[in-house]
Amino acid sequence: MSAVIHEDHHHDGPPAGFKRWLYSTNHKDIGTMYLIFALVMLFIGGGMAMIIRAELFMPGIQIVNPDLYNNLLTDHALIMIFGMVMPAAAGMANWMIPMMIGAPDMALPRMNNMSFWLLPAAAILLLSSLLVQFIPGTGVPINTGWTLYPPLSVQTGMGMDLLIFSVHLLGISSIMASINIVTTILNMRAPGMPFMKMPLFVWAWLFTGLLLIIVMPVLAGGVTMLLFDRHFGTSFFDAAGGGDPVLFQHLFWFFGHPEVYVLLLPSIGVLGLVIPTFSRKPLFGYKPLVFFMGFLFALGLVVWAHHQYTIGMSLGATTYFMIGTILISIPIGLMLFNFIFTMWRGSLTFETPMLFGIAIILMFAFAGVTGVMLAVVPADLQYHDSYFVVAHFHYALIPGAVFGLYAGVFYWLPKWTGHMYNEKQGKIFFWWTTLSFNLTFFPQHFSGLAGMPRRIVDYNIQYIEFNQISSIGGFLFGLSHLLFLYIIIKTVKGGEKAADKPWEGAQIGTPGLEWTLPSPPPFHSFTTPPQIK
Amino acid sequence: MNQNPQHTSKQQNAKTVRLMFLIVIGMFGFGFAMVPLYDLLCSVTGLNGSTTGRIQDETALTSRVDYNRIVTVEFDATNNADLPWEFRPTIKKVDVHPGEIKEVTYFVKNNANHAIIAQAIPGITPWQATNHFNKTECFCFKQQKLEPGEGKEMALRFVIDPTLPKEYRTITLSYTFMDTDRSKLKQNGDMPELHTFVISKTPNNNI
Repeated sequence: MSAVIHEDHHHDGPPAGFKRWLYSTNHKDIGTMYLIFALVMLFIGGGMAMIIRAELFMPGIQIVNPDLYNNLLTDHALIMIFGMVMPAAAGMANWMIPMMIGAPDMALPRMNNMSFWLLPAAAILLLSSLLVQFIPGTGVPINTGWTLYPPLSVQTGMGMDLLIFSVHLLGISSIMASINIVTTILNMRAPGMPFMKMPLFVWAWLFTGLLLIIVMPVLAGGVTMLLFDRHFGTSFFDAAGGGDPVLFQHLFWFFGHPEVYVLLLPSIGVLGLVIPTFSRKPLFGYKPLVFFMGFLFALGLVVWAHHQYTIGMSLGATTYFMIGTILISIPIGLMLFNFIFTMWRGSLTFETPMLFGIAIILMFAFAGVTGVMLAVVPADLQYHDSYFVVAHFHYALIPGAVFGLYAGVFYWLPKWTGHMYNEKQGKIFFWWTTLSFNLTFFPQHFSGLAGMPRRIVDYNIQYIEFNQISSIGGFLFGLSHLLFLYIIIKTVKGGEKAADKPWEGAQIGTPGLEWTLPSPPPFHSFTTPPQIK
Repeated sequence: MNQNPQHTSKQQNAKTVRLMFLIVIGMFGFGFAMVPLYDLLCSVTGLNGSTTGRIQDETALTSRVDYNRIVTVEFDATNNADLPWEFRPTIKKVDVHPGEIKEVTYFVKNNANHAIIAQAIPGITPWQATNHFNKTECFCFKQQKLEPGEGKEMALRFVIDPTLPKEYRTITLSYTFMDTDRSKLKQNGDMPELHTFVISKTPNNNI
């Protein structure tokens, strides 16, 4: 942090010791903590996935008992969504948004500190919900899957209570982070940074934040009702007392479907920076892209029941949800075309972030195609709760969300650390992780279409080949992340000095102001609003 | 650094944050408002197939019988969460004319060594028939208490509204008896023998 030189005197460098992190109100430090937290959770959630894949290598029960398997499955989803993707995206928002729009820090730095420090607490609760089953007398492990459907979730043991509190904390944390980010974007832009000049990542986070503010409280309400049903004798979801378990499904998916866009949009934002940079061309159709994201935001809020076609809705309702869901493919498809047209006749180079960018366009389009298949009611009744769905949402979320974050990590690592990562290792990581990802999840389309149900510890012998390919791919996919970790640690520790603008094309189109700062940026940046030409 | 813009930006931030928190509180309330709204929707449309459909005897007697149509009503019985009751319809299915009053019985017996109070929850498939399926007498109208070993036949008197759309020729009426003491539920599934981390031995013949 030697770059803090010609700043005002009262702006000191970071405080020493643990206070720097525990009491931090600095958006860069909090961003770093978010990213480290996400990385830790990636390995915990990934470890669970490895156990799941090891168990599924053979039919029969080899490694874990069915209850523990179900609990691992549930926690794998929750950790990856709430512990990994969302904090990683929030970490990037913390790091980049103030620097992109020329703000000195986030709008509410103290709340920023609290939003982060709720996360470790929530993670401890979440992990204890998994571990509490080993204490006798705590009841059945959580065996519901991440959707927590009653009546099963009302009947499970103490782990569910810990999980509900964990979801509360995670919800509060992400609501506060979203309010902070939205307020920063709305009010803290430097003069000369109107909405229509904001980098796409900032736009993406504006919509993400608003989505979270709207849907998170509904999930919090739903799980609160679950808690009441469990302990206070209410019957929100208990048919014996006049409730209806299907109501929970509506509440859950009212949150759960927009949540998909919460995970996806930040990565689309990263893509909107990476593709122009390495194509050396301004983003094709910046304004329409912003409009499509807005359209996605609005449409995403009103199509939730396509997750529930099998509950028995009226023909009118299913038709509405089917058409609404298919409509979503229009803005998403147009977004992908925008990125393809940005590359068209650009002078492309294929650094690691760009490789991820292109891979996302290809593989996310694949998830879009299976998504349209699943949106069609008669087809979905066949695919429902099969491995086809598992393949679909892993294709949507790993390229759509996780690879977007990897692209962001490689794109901004030089800015964050001041060091270039090793390009060769980055490329090895890209090919390793992309190929093994496809090896893992592509066969699951086939086992799903052949009728293998999801969330199951044991399976019929006819699915053995697909599952073994999947498991081998899964182990390779898991292993590739050790290289990822190695690259990150090595880049943080040292390496070739990165320029202030490490990417030649980074200033093209609607760039952020982060490239006008040195690499790494000073502890306090833009204490006076920058002048924008 | 100019103090003034800083000041206004702080006020602006406070305003934005207040608005955001209002949305959060509003949406939290919206989640709870869904409960009565969903109930209302279900009772108007019969969506979840569980409305009791209770009518008075006089109303049932005044309805015109449509002798040109026959509707098959099938009966089904389920116990929820290992309720130790024997519960079955005494007749599997019955043919009725719309508007005709029909009485059937269900048999129920408590096999536990303690008294249990349970509530029967109806369900009608297809759910579109829910609002055309009326009952003048049903054991589901109130909770049933059975002493240990006690068994009885319970009456169900129903009439299908002649306004039932023509395409519905078969209606399945399903009852689920649920223990009203819900506190036992969480212990029900507690299977301590499964609580070992690793299954030590895999039977080779399990494929």
